[in-house]
Amino acid sequence: MISQFFILSSKGDPLIYKDFRGDSGGRDVAELFYRKLTGLPGDESPVVMHHDDRHFIHIRHSGLYLVATTSENISPFSLLELLSRLATLLGDYCGSLGEGTISRNVALVYELLDEVLDYGYVQTTSTEMLRNFIQTEAVVSKPFSLFDLSSVGLFGAETQQSKVAPSSAASRPVLSSRSDQSQKNEVFLDVVERLSVLIASNGSLLKVDVQGEIRLKSFLPSGSEMRIGLTEEFCVGKSELRGYGPGIRVDEVSFHSSVLLEEFESHRILRLQPPQGELTVMRYQLSDDLPSPLPFRLFPSVQWDRGSGRLQVYLKLRCDLPPKSLSQELSGPEQKAELGDGALHWDLPRVQGGSQLSGLFQMDVPGLPGPSGQGPSTMAPPLGLGPASLSFELPRHTCSGLQVRFLRLAFRPCGNANPHKWVRHLSHSDAYVIRI
Amino acid sequence: MPYLGSEDVVKELKKALCNPHIQADRLRYRNVIQRVIRMPKLDQWGQAEVLNFLLRYEPRSEEELFDILNLLDSFLKSSSPGVVMGATKLFLILAKKFPHVQTDVLVQVKGPLLAACSSESRELCFAALCHVRQILHSLPGHFSSHYKKFFCSYSEPHYIKLQKVEVLCELVNDENVQQVLEELRGYCTDVSADFAQAAIFAIGGIARTYTDQCVQILTELLGLRQEHITTVVVQTFRDLVWLCPQCTEAVCQALPGCEENIQDSEGKQALIWLLGVHGERIPNAPYVLEDFVENVKSETFPAVTMELLTALLRLFLSRPAECQDTLGRLLHYCIEEEKNMAVRDRGLFYYRLLLAGIDEVKRILCSPKSDPSLGLLEDQAERPVNSWASDFNTLVPVYGKARWATISKYQGAEHRGPELPDTASFATSGPLIPEENKERVQELPDSGALVLVPNCQLTAEYFEKTWFSLKVAHQQVFPWRGAVHPDTLQMALQVVNIQTIAMSRAGAHPWKAYLSAQDDTGCLFLTELLLESENSEMQISVKQNEPRTETLNSFISVLETVFGTIGDIKS
Repeated sequence: MISQFFILSSKGDPLIYKDFRGDSGGRDVAELFYRKLTGLPGDESPVVMHHDDRHFIHIRHSGLYLVATTSENISPFSLLELLSRLATLLGDYCGSLGEGTISRNVALVYELLDEVLDYGYVQTTSTEMLRNFIQTEAVVSKPFSLFDLSSVGLFGAETQQSKVAPSSAASRPVLSSRSDQSQKNEVFLDVVERLSVLIASNGSLLKVDVQGEIRLKSFLPSGSEMRIGLTEEFCVGKSELRGYGPGIRVDEVSFHSSVLLEEFESHRILRLQPPQGELTVMRYQLSDDLPSPLPFRLFPSVQWDRGSGRLQVYLKLRCDLPPKSLSQELSGPEQKAELGDGALHWDLPRVQGGSQLSGLFQMDVPGLPGPSGQGPSTMAPPLGLGPASLSFELPRHTCSGLQVRFLRLAFRPCGNANPHKWVRHLSHSDAYVIRI
Repeated sequence: MPYLGSEDVVKELKKALCNPHIQADRLRYRNVIQRVIRMPKLDQWGQAEVLNFLLRYEPRSEEELFDILNLLDSFLKSSSPGVVMGATKLFLILAKKFPHVQTDVLVQVKGPLLAACSSESRELCFAALCHVRQILHSLPGHFSSHYKKFFCSYSEPHYIKLQKVEVLCELVNDENVQQVLEELRGYCTDVSADFAQAAIFAIGGIARTYTDQCVQILTELLGLRQEHITTVVVQTFRDLVWLCPQCTEAVCQALPGCEENIQDSEGKQALIWLLGVHGERIPNAPYVLEDFVENVKSETFPAVTMELLTALLRLFLSRPAECQDTLGRLLHYCIEEEKNMAVRDRGLFYYRLLLAGIDEVKRILCSPKSDPSLGLLEDQAERPVNSWASDFNTLVPVYGKARWATISKYQGAEHRGPELPDTASFATSGPLIPEENKERVQELPDSGALVLVPNCQLTAEYFEKTWFSLKVAHQQVFPWRGAVHPDTLQMALQVVNIQTIAMSRAGAHPWKAYLSAQDDTGCLFLTELLLESENSEMQISVKQNEPRTETLNSFISVLETVFGTIGDIKS
């Protein structure tokens, strides 16, 4: 049960402020929070802070701070869940969550907050229930255009010839005016995996962890039934075995509460009637046993020249993906390397599967004076080179091998033209560290 | 009243919790509760609220308890972390007499907790890590096989890395110690000095059990000759030598050479202490100390100079010839030229001690060199789950016990309106006076003629004698819920000038306390508090050495005020 809720921009400007209980402070609480946050000592966690009989708990989402205050000792998990759900809900209603969209839709946001929370207690966060009460329309910045390929967003589809939907396609408001019947009925399904890998300096694999999510964003009228078919040989846990061959295995799965699992055991089909908006259908984890080889391997060799104090680092990067796939760095189109913040950054825009890239980097290191008695020209070698950390995105590839076979919608007799279904598989690195 | 998904649920809950007729009838009450749990239409917020309400419920029989637990089983598998944690807490509290059920439920919640620890949301990750640490206090082996999930990743924020390092330190066992130590060793050379220091302290923690490997790693780290690393390693060595004397030899061999790389106060103190206490095994100890003495005039930290005095005197006892001159110079400086009075005093003290004879010096300065039993005390092997079960799924683990104690003391200073109807009758007499306003103590509202004198210190023997010689003047029971927090109670009583002679530690059954107070006429009030078990009543017995009823009544009402306000804080 919360006392106040406010949203700050990344610089601390208050965008939204709402006081539910009127029992603590006023609007200046937002500034207080930001000052406390920026002034916090490094080892204290900013997630929950205390000041003057109030607890501040916040999350960062899309660069914004969503903060709730409470004076009760309540569950941090519930509060954090509420804040995440509010972030998703605001995103659904305004199109996407960001400073611009919030500033344009202030009235809508306040209306939503009024309906979701009453005197600080959560009434409902279900999009279904809320759409009956929300009257305000969302304001969008520019009309949705198929040719807008500039932004990279969460949902979208790969650019194949006839099927083009930019990532911003999914960032329009989910619940627009009911009178506009020409709205396309679309549904976006993303299988997103986060890969965490740790490789020791001798090349052995210390840790590999895959966290996967199947996320759905539906613009269909709610109540449409949907069936999602996953790879049939998909096994859960170490002891299950399906089909022939090694199969696709995950350690654990968990589903959203609205997913019906009767056909999951037999045919690996999920049935659900999703509400409009975003939903995480399924989460799964896999550790230590990847069926496919690791996407990247690095072969470093380091040479230290005593006389001139120069460090030579030769890096050979090998991509072990099947040749047709492409991997993409999250940066500019040309390759470049730069040294900054005590780290060497090497940007590669695209790496072909199965290819090898190498680079030689020479750095002058101001070394420590070497052991005395060996003359002034020797310098001690540097203590060690920090690990190499890779960040990348692999479209159309899932590390676990899980694929969505089909996405079928139940037939709607009075429906519009066939709804579009966009399915995307994506892996990206969470923390891919190779020690040198 | 929260919406909870439907009007029916609200009605049912209201009935269960507010209607005294239903509460009086156990069977109807139980039925309503079960119907509420089974409500199919509750959304995740409703479920979390229901689980929270049910914390107040006391099942009367074992059957009923297991019935409820069976019904709640499905909540443990929910996809909402708030519901899963709420259900876990309810299980832990309801099953407080069945530790194996508690262990079972903690095994079931391992999966969701580990998933939360690897979540994309940093904040959820942090909250989950704090709860993992809480569980490890009672079940240290619980997460040992999943140690890889707690390896720190490059991009994580500092506060998460710190938590993970603490967790790694606590879940070490024979099978994973090698890998965990290797990982921590990697962190010790991290770019961030704070994080490297935290990793070194963690290795120090593990060293209490796996001494040899850790000492080896720490010695290697000394070889890097980095200031921020060396100072922390030396501090860790100092602690380790105290708790595990078997590693003294290895430490003494590693020390020579460190003095060149330490600049900060803590590190210097640690090094000097080690040289003083174990200097006989370190060949160049007197010369290192001599170096410090040479530079004592420019020493900015008086604590270092004090430590230097003690260490040099100790070393003098075992290596007199080498230290005599240096000691003399140091004492001369401290007595004649030093401006800090504490240092000068210590210098004077040691000088006079030396004048008194070498035997006196030995008697005073030859303290034990290590105390392995302290390690056992500190380890606090496995606190029972019940000691923290009520804090699970609240903000307490997220802040940490120490921080929470300061926050709740601060909060206790303000009166909060009774939110729950059943505590309303107690907290009637006005706010507990905050500590900073002690000077402006007004008379307590009901006391009228009673003024309690502060600082009336009775010795324990006098209290006992007087107690046995008097008869009980007044006895009363006071409803009490939950466990007693002795520190909070003691402080609260202190504010109203009631002294605590003796108090059982928290969680003792039965819990007892003896209090004394004296009013301005010299009348003594001796009180015994007895709490048989949690959630029963607190029995108060008061003895007065002069029979005066009005002051007695006033004293009782003062006690009631204190208890009422304490009860308020807890709820």
